[in-house]
Amino acid sequence: MENIIVFCETRNGELCDVSLELVTKARLLAEELGCKVDAIVIGKEVSSLSKTLFEYGINRVFCADDERLSEYLTLPYTRIVTSVVAEQHPQIFLAGATNVGRDLAPRVAAELQCGLTADCTELRIGECEDTAGVKHENILLQIRPNFVGNQLTTIVSTSSRPQMATMREGVVSKQRVDNPVAGEIITINTQSLLTEEDFAVSILKREVEARKSNLKGAKVVVAGGYGVGSRENFELLYRLAELLHGEVGSTRAAVDAGYCDHSTMIGQTGVTVRPKLYIAVGISGQVQHTVGMEKSGTIISINRDPEAPINKIADYVIVGDARECVTHLIDQLSK
Amino acid sequence: MTKIKIALLIKQVIDTRISEGWAPGADGTVDRNALPAIINPEDLHALEQTLRLKEQLGGNAEIVAISMGPQRAAEALRECIWRGADDAVLISDRKVAGADTLATSYALALAIKKVGASLIFAGRQTIDGDTAHVGPQVAQALGIPQITYAEEVALEGDSLVVKRRLDDGFEVVKSPLKALITVGSSAAKCRFCNAKRMLRSRKAEIKTWSAADLDGDLSRFGLAGSPTQVLYSEPIVTESKGGVVLTSSIEDIATLVAELRSNHTIE
Ligand SMILES: Cc1cc2nc3c(=O)[nH]c(=O)nc-3n(C[C@H](O)[C@H](O)[C@H](O)COP(=O)(O)OP(=O)(O)OC[C@H]3O[C@@H](n4cnc5c(N)ncnc54)[C@H](O)[C@@H]3O)c2cc1C
Repeated sequence: MENIIVFCETRNGELCDVSLELVTKARLLAEELGCKVDAIVIGKEVSSLSKTLFEYGINRVFCADDERLSEYLTLPYTRIVTSVVAEQHPQIFLAGATNVGRDLAPRVAAELQCGLTADCTELRIGECEDTAGVKHENILLQIRPNFVGNQLTTIVSTSSRPQMATMREGVVSKQRVDNPVAGEIITINTQSLLTEEDFAVSILKREVEARKSNLKGAKVVVAGGYGVGSRENFELLYRLAELLHGEVGSTRAAVDAGYCDHSTMIGQTGVTVRPKLYIAVGISGQVQHTVGMEKSGTIISINRDPEAPINKIADYVIVGDARECVTHLIDQLSK
Repeated sequence: MTKIKIALLIKQVIDTRISEGWAPGADGTVDRNALPAIINPEDLHALEQTLRLKEQLGGNAEIVAISMGPQRAAEALRECIWRGADDAVLISDRKVAGADTLATSYALALAIKKVGASLIFAGRQTIDGDTAHVGPQVAQALGIPQITYAEEVALEGDSLVVKRRLDDGFEVVKSPLKALITVGSSAAKCRFCNAKRMLRSRKAEIKTWSAADLDGDLSRFGLAGSPTQVLYSEPIVTESKGGVVLTSSIEDIATLVAELRSNHTIE
């Protein structure tokens, strides 16, 4: 039976959340397909991570333990992943839409001549008809916001295997299985597989910078859009967020207008958040933004347009000017 | 020292960054013709890096901008020339249309080989696709290393030292001169050029190559060479949650704050 393979990313010797989220998602897909989920882990002393992977329902772990691979390097990682996939013929291959996954997956896809969909927000199993009118069953439906406009697009790769997709962090919640079974660990012989050429690029230095904010894990998010109107008005959002012990987020239009920093952007190309309270100020609610916040608890929309699409998913809609409403909120909360 | 040929991959995209004046219709689609066409923003950051590298090489480099697209994409290539590129090639042919990223990279890689470039620059991703696939896939097709998310590129002897911007910080890597580099928006903006150069390049000739000129496997171009298929796009119809509608009056906002406090949404 052809399985699903998930590329599991590690950072500082730990499995990344996005990988465990993907494994959880893959398990659900595998149940429908009646197959199993295997994982590939690459790095230094990574075999010890297998235990965690078994707790998440992984069947077999393909393990490449090699000191030289403690940090991600495109060429050797590509060679390892490609060789496992070429040997195992999985029907589906998944990786996180992270710096690493977005560097690795396209290279692997090109190597194997497979279709790849980036940044999926949903994956499902279904049937479809290809361009030649041939029906296919048990196909991976790869869903992501459309390139332009307020639409969701479903993409399939019927002619190439594996069907490949990257998925954004935070779209599904990671979950252990109830009765984990220890699976199999398969060691990859990197000494014989990798060549000197694979190490043509070397890392001279790597520096982790302290996060400016904890947007991803924030309980309260005050997000501003183009309708906030200025950088100065954005300062008010910071005041409001401070009063609520929350963080400030934004939309791409607000970032493009120069109101705030790119790191605050929420949505398809930004951060995915799930706070208890989300206050959207001057945000219209295009799908590329809402995929990053729709799972929030309580949503408040402040917008002068009563018909703004975001109002539909809001629990409270304040129709009015951004500056005025935020000022009132600050006044009330300071009391 | 022999001249280094640098290829710069660019794409003409519609400017979806302008948020006023266009809104998707009820069916969720956007009238693309109503939007201006521009060079994909990160491709301009990549162009700036090629210009800086050429300076570091004492001018001993030739920058060839390459794009694939409809005829009107020639405008974008002409802009590359007035901004400092030396030459430009447009791949334009019905046979390459409808390509996904794999088929696109195949065609671009063939064009790069034909141009004879050994070092390739591209934007990290486009604003209309956002996939960031094309850079790595071209690198794979050419069998050379890739360095993604570059912020600064410096020449050191016969190597490149590249600072990469990452989610959680940065990384500095050393790479051979035969590589593909994708540049992100954290890199320096593209310089302006002088008016004289702009006028001179108004008539600059843009070479146009067809699929046949690329001398490749025809089944790997365009729609035929694209393993991914867009099944359908659906407008997002959300039913209204029926949220409470308030005005911006002090009274309404005071009531809201009281309610959020009483149901412990806020402390
Ligand atoms: C490939 C791709 C990826 C994208 N990725 C993302 C992403 O990750 N995140 C993201 O956010 N966007 C993303 N976008 C952009 C997205 O499509 C929208 O353009 C963007 O989210 C709109 O931002 P906005 O709501 O701030 O601006 P607009 O859509 O311009 O909305 C402004 C809103 O403010 C209201 N307003 C105006 N003035 C006032 C005022 N004085 N007081 C109160 N309200 C006011 C208006 O009624 C309107 O509803 C992406 C687009 C593409 C094509």
